This record gives sequence, structure tokens and C-alpha cells, in this order.
Amino acid sequence: MDKATLDRAFDARFPADIKEKLSNARVAIAGLGGLGSNIAMMLARSGVGHLLLIDFDVVDVTNLNRQAYLIPQVGTPKTEAIKELLCQVNPYLDYETKCIKVTPDNVAELLTGYPIVCEAFDAAEQKAMLVQEVLTQLKDTVVVSGNGMAGYGDSNTIKTRQLMKRLFICGDENTDIGAGMGLMSPRVTVCAAHQANKVIQLILEN
Amino acid sequence: MVRINGEQKDIAGRNLYDYLTEEGYELNRVVVELNLDIIPKDELKAITIKDEDEIEVLRFVGGG
Repeated sequence: MDKATLDRAFDARFPADIKEKLSNARVAIAGLGGLGSNIAMMLARSGVGHLLLIDFDVVDVTNLNRQAYLIPQVGTPKTEAIKELLCQVNPYLDYETKCIKVTPDNVAELLTGYPIVCEAFDAAEQKAMLVQEVLTQLKDTVVVSGNGMAGYGDSNTIKTRQLMKRLFICGDENTDIGAGMGLMSPRVTVCAAHQANKVIQLILEN
Repeated sequence: MVRINGEQKDIAGRNLYDYLTEEGYELNRVVVELNLDIIPKDELKAITIKDEDEIEVLRFVGGG
């Protein structure tokens, strides 16, 4: 499918200034699991022009219950697998991938140049590390973080709130995978959608 | 009084690290903001909570 056809489909729905802001936007997604893979798909479908996609892991069979990946992609690095899927949705956006583990030492090097960062890790310790390091090392960056989406409780407990000047939290802030309750696609996707929508608001309202 | 996570508490004079630990926070799973500044974890032990401080402790849970 050529670019003009995709552009026309988008133009039929939104004014030109919205498309321009979205296509100029630069968003980093740290972690390409249940949150990050779904956020990436939503932002690509929305025409966000520049996505940095970071994960060190490969697609595992246990990911298929909630992550965007497909059976033929099991064993493939998530960075490659997500790019493959994103290119099926819109091959004309700029996808940068980094197959690497994020640490306090490489946060600035990895994320400089991306004014919006989605925290989409799995482990609580990694989430806390990323939020802490981005907010202290990168003085203008806004973080949109996913926190609490396990199980199958009421979807309406998942909310978006601004906690600090440059920090938005999406989730129920309570349900923990350690509490005997695993992750299921609906609530993880609800949380991912909260994050993706906040990103779009930040792009269009600033 | 000190405002912590939206609640007024009488904890001025306490050491911030000791207070958070006693409250059951796992410090590698939280982000601590004191008067709008994020506090590096290795500085918590050196901080005494003062009257009228505003503290926000963000606790992360696993899952993603």
C-alpha cells in the first residue's frame, strides 16, 4: 500500500494540524511487553511519526496472552517482532529499535531526544528505576507510566492521574503480579490505552 | 505538620529513610518526591523531615 493512500485515509478523519503534530512527535517506549507492544500499535495507528522501541528480551510463548505478538514470532527479539507488526500497520513511520537493557547508566544516552517516554516495564523495581532516572537526568522529559493492571477486577479502577509535574501514572496503582494474580489481556490493554491516549493528549495539547 | 501522599502527619524531625522503611515501603520499588524534587535513594538517609514538608511517595507494583 502506498503512502498517499494511507495519508488520504487519515486526512478524511482529522484536520491537517493534528496530523502534522502527530507525525512530528517523538515518543520512546521502554519495555515491549503487554503495555509497550500495545502502546506501540496504538501510537502507530494514530500516526505518531517517530517511535523509539526498547526491550532486551525475545518473544516467549507466555507473552501471547496479552502482548501484540503472534505465534510465528516466538523466539524473535521483541524489537524486531514489534517493528514487523508496526510495518504491517504503517510502514511509513520512523521506527528506531534498541535491543538493550535500560540501566541508570544508559538512560540519558538512550532517551535524549524523546520528550515523551512511556514506562512499560514489568518489574516494579525497573519501573521505579526508570521513572526516577528519567525525571532526574532528563530535565524536560515527561514520563507516562503504567502501574497496576493485574487480574480481572473492575476496569474502571484503572485511571490516569498526574502525580508530579512531569509524571503521569496510568493503572489501578494496586494490583501486583506478586499477589497470586497474573496478567490478562483486557486490563493490560486498558492500561496501555490509558498511556497511549495520554501521550496523544500531550502531543496535541502542547 | 507534614503533608505526605495528601495526608497531614506529625512526623517532622523523623529521618526520611527510617520513616519510609518503618511504614513498610520497599525502597527499590518507590520514587520519593520532597517539595517537588525527586530524591536519589542514596540521599534518603541524610534527610530529616521538616515541618511543612510536602512528600509524595509513589509505590510501584509489578505487571506490564
